[in-house]
Amino acid sequence: MDLRYSDRKLIIGALMVLSGIIFLIRLFYIQVIDDSYKLSAENNVLRHITEYPARGLVYDRKGKLLVYNEAYYDLMVIPKQVEDIDTADFCKTLGITVEDFRQRMKKIKDYSVFKPSVFEKQLSSEFYAMLQEKLHHYKGFFTQTRTLRKYPSRAAAHLLGYVGEVDDQLTKHNSYYKSGDYIGVSGIEKYYEEFLRGLKGEKVMMVDVYNRPKGSFRNGEYDVQPVSGKDLTSTIDGELQAYAELLLQNKIGSVVAIEPSTGEILVLATSPSYDPNLLVGRVRSENYSMLAKDEFKPLFNRALMAQYPPGSTFKLVNALIGQQEKTLFPQTTYGCKRGFFMGPIHVGCHPHPSPLNLLQSVQHSCNAYYCNVFRAILDNKKTVREGYDIWRKHVMSFGFGKKFDTDLPSELKGLIPSGDYYDKIYGKNRWKSLTVISLSIGQGELGTTPLQLANLMAAIANRGYYYPPHLVKKIGDKPIEDKFTQRNYTTIDTAYFKVIIDGMEQVVAAGTASTSKLKDIAICGKTGTAQNPHGKAHSVFVAFAPKDNPKIAIAAFVENSGWGGTYAAPIASLLIEKYLNDTITRPAFEEFILKANLMPKPTDKPEKVEGIE
Amino acid sequence: MVSIYLVMVLLGWFNIYAAVYNEDHKSIFDISQNYGKQLIWIGTSVVLAIIILQIDGKFYTVFSYPIYGSVILLLILVLLLGREVAGSKSWFEIGSFRVQPAEFGKFATSLALAKYLSTLNIRFENLKTKIIAGTFITIPALFILLQNDTGSALVYGAFILVLYREGLSGNILMTGLAIVTVFIITLLFDPVTMMSIVGIIAGLVYVIGKRTKRNFFIIIVIAIIFSGMSFTVNYVVDNLLKEHQRNRINVMLGKEDDPKNVGYNVNQSKIAIGSGGFSGKGFLNGTQTKYKFVPQQSTDFIFCTVGEEWGFVGTFVVIVLFIALLLRIIFVAERQKSTFTRIYGYGVASVLFFHFAVNIAMTIGLAPVIGIPLPFFSYGGSSLWGFTLLLFVFIKLDAYRMQLLR
Repeated sequence: MDLRYSDRKLIIGALMVLSGIIFLIRLFYIQVIDDSYKLSAENNVLRHITEYPARGLVYDRKGKLLVYNEAYYDLMVIPKQVEDIDTADFCKTLGITVEDFRQRMKKIKDYSVFKPSVFEKQLSSEFYAMLQEKLHHYKGFFTQTRTLRKYPSRAAAHLLGYVGEVDDQLTKHNSYYKSGDYIGVSGIEKYYEEFLRGLKGEKVMMVDVYNRPKGSFRNGEYDVQPVSGKDLTSTIDGELQAYAELLLQNKIGSVVAIEPSTGEILVLATSPSYDPNLLVGRVRSENYSMLAKDEFKPLFNRALMAQYPPGSTFKLVNALIGQQEKTLFPQTTYGCKRGFFMGPIHVGCHPHPSPLNLLQSVQHSCNAYYCNVFRAILDNKKTVREGYDIWRKHVMSFGFGKKFDTDLPSELKGLIPSGDYYDKIYGKNRWKSLTVISLSIGQGELGTTPLQLANLMAAIANRGYYYPPHLVKKIGDKPIEDKFTQRNYTTIDTAYFKVIIDGMEQVVAAGTASTSKLKDIAICGKTGTAQNPHGKAHSVFVAFAPKDNPKIAIAAFVENSGWGGTYAAPIASLLIEKYLNDTITRPAFEEFILKANLMPKPTDKPEKVEGIE
Repeated sequence: MVSIYLVMVLLGWFNIYAAVYNEDHKSIFDISQNYGKQLIWIGTSVVLAIIILQIDGKFYTVFSYPIYGSVILLLILVLLLGREVAGSKSWFEIGSFRVQPAEFGKFATSLALAKYLSTLNIRFENLKTKIIAGTFITIPALFILLQNDTGSALVYGAFILVLYREGLSGNILMTGLAIVTVFIITLLFDPVTMMSIVGIIAGLVYVIGKRTKRNFFIIIVIAIIFSGMSFTVNYVVDNLLKEHQRNRINVMLGKEDDPKNVGYNVNQSKIAIGSGGFSGKGFLNGTQTKYKFVPQQSTDFIFCTVGEEWGFVGTFVVIVLFIALLLRIIFVAERQKSTFTRIYGYGVASVLFFHFAVNIAMTIGLAPVIGIPLPFFSYGGSSLWGFTLLLFVFIKLDAYRMQLLR
């Protein structure tokens, strides 16, 4: 027996023991000391699956649905699990070609064979019901429910706004949103996004390495239930809104109606408009670009964004300011020789009795009268600039030249030029009241939106104050922000409104808008004609009714239709009647408006689209 | 030894059950699943063990060469007739079961080596003896290499331990170790750095050691060889190794940090073991392995299930069991009067040790991924049969030791 090398058994044994010890040290380290592997393990196995809450619904002021959700179904596929399906039959069911099928599957497989991908987006419930019966033949395919907005009536598209997928920019800055989520892009959907969206929930699932769900983690202990979005009650009167849009058909223009006692917007109509159902789901982007290319700009919300000179309706403002500044009194009379003539300045006027007092000047809308009123205001102080600044302050107290900053995300602020503006053009102290005389009759550099004019009516109806116009009354069960229900006082004392309102009553009863009078309702109104450098003047009519305890203040614009009394006043009159009496007693009158087609002829070359929200 | 064997096999079975456990097939006896099949393998292995113990011990000494020869024949046949699985052509397919002859090669080689070295008049000091012994080891390794099963071929390197016990110079073992070290260092550093390191070490060795002319000469030669290696190693790795082999080496060295792709196995395996903590997640509560994050969770990476579900306690037990078994084998081998049995015993110990060390080292990221099973634990009929054969023949030979003198 050879014993020479027998002590080597010790070395070999030691080698084995040593490696065992090394392993144990290493195992002790990664299993007991180092925690990082445990965290990795959690992430490995748990998948956090987002559960989407139902988006809040929107009701009108009478509880009628304006927006709801409709369930759609995405057909999903996990390529790895697809086996023995009858491709031809499958394609027939879906109405696609086999070639199309191959291409889609290739694209999906390139992304991942284990993760679910959308094969076909947004299938309707009817199609889903049909597919459901066959789905068990198509291994690897399954459906996933999503909801899309649906609008029962095609009215109110602009104010409701629309919902779209979030963009990458936003997902970077806001951790709530993940790619593929929906978000309100415009209108109420945008402003009330945080209330409407609710809160996403999360389901924690255990999955295997192929991403196959293996059941709920710890019986759902860590799941978060989604919180449904809050339903909104809008201030809009759905029926009246739809009627306003109907009256505006084949016309370019807008109508805004406000409840003076609250500032709640009853109607916010713009024309041409579009069916809100067009901007939903998979057809959205296609339809959007179609609408964006339309030369009549249906996406443009004229009620909030079109800035017209207010025309003669602005005389009401000047009449109020003159009285407040004690340069004008109800008994003040000025003569009119078919216009105002002063040196090189010549402002024409139409035939009417002369001279006129304040009430009559409103009734007949005398240009010369207001040139004098305006001059008296500006020349009342040491310098014209001083007078102008006071005038401007009064004007802006009615909500002109600034935003109301309520829940109207796309409103524009209009333009009431500052004194600096004229200083810059003409030089300091180089301009006089005559230089800016066109402001007296609402022309020149003025820009006002239909919303601002409707608000002017609300302020006059309230005899001196207004509530910021807004679109939503209630969020879920809770009232809206306080700032929407705060009175904003104008700088004009209540006493000065009486004579103006009496004059406005006469405008409809026996003045420039007499065709629009109603038998049993005293409408106080004022016509206007906004000059349009590009063509025929825009027709404007502002009004509130009834005279005592007013319920509705309204502004109507019809572009390129000339006199305010012709189209704008009848539209306002019909809406007032509908709102207050809920009937139309003048079918012929209604028919005249409905049939009127004032659309300009489409040009061959579509004009460049700009200023779209 | 028998009891350690039984404990390990049963633990292995439970862990396979846990690793591939699936709700649809709850019964551990369900033979459509790996754990059910493993039960069949365990049953047949026990039958095999009983048969081995019934056969006369003389049979193994007498038939060493014929057994070796027929296994080599099988290794050649599998190259021609075998079925390719995961890139390796090393399986015979019989019905739904597959047999891997390489698993029996270790047994045959141990027998043949023992037979040859225990032959009278064989002096291991002779160069001829060394070469012939080396050839016995190299032939099956080469055929297995040809089957594209690098891991199993590397196992034959374990027989160096047997030769060392029988008198192979310790220097050769050291040189082998040195080459591996240089190999790894070279991959980590560029050749110039490598040369400087070699230069400094050579200088230190000369200064500290005996400053004779002969030593100076030897040190210079070794330094030059190592420096030369530093240039060739990168070439070998970049051009001769297959991509997955290169990746596995790079992952082990931390040069490649890509847990989703090439580092996936090791990373997931470490996560699984690490997440077990001290006492583990409990039987069938492992998530990493059960949900297939760890690849080959029932075969080469079965140790992950142990680590995840039984924690450090479990891994400790397994390692202690292995070390106990190995030391016991060595102890038993040393008490033999028969050289044949001793050498065979060392063969068994070396093969088991290599499998154990490399398999566990790979699951905890200490060695590159080499696809070899953990003895008695990993799922697989051939490997279980192979290891059973290896171990029980030794047990039989030990029982027979009184009648066997040479």
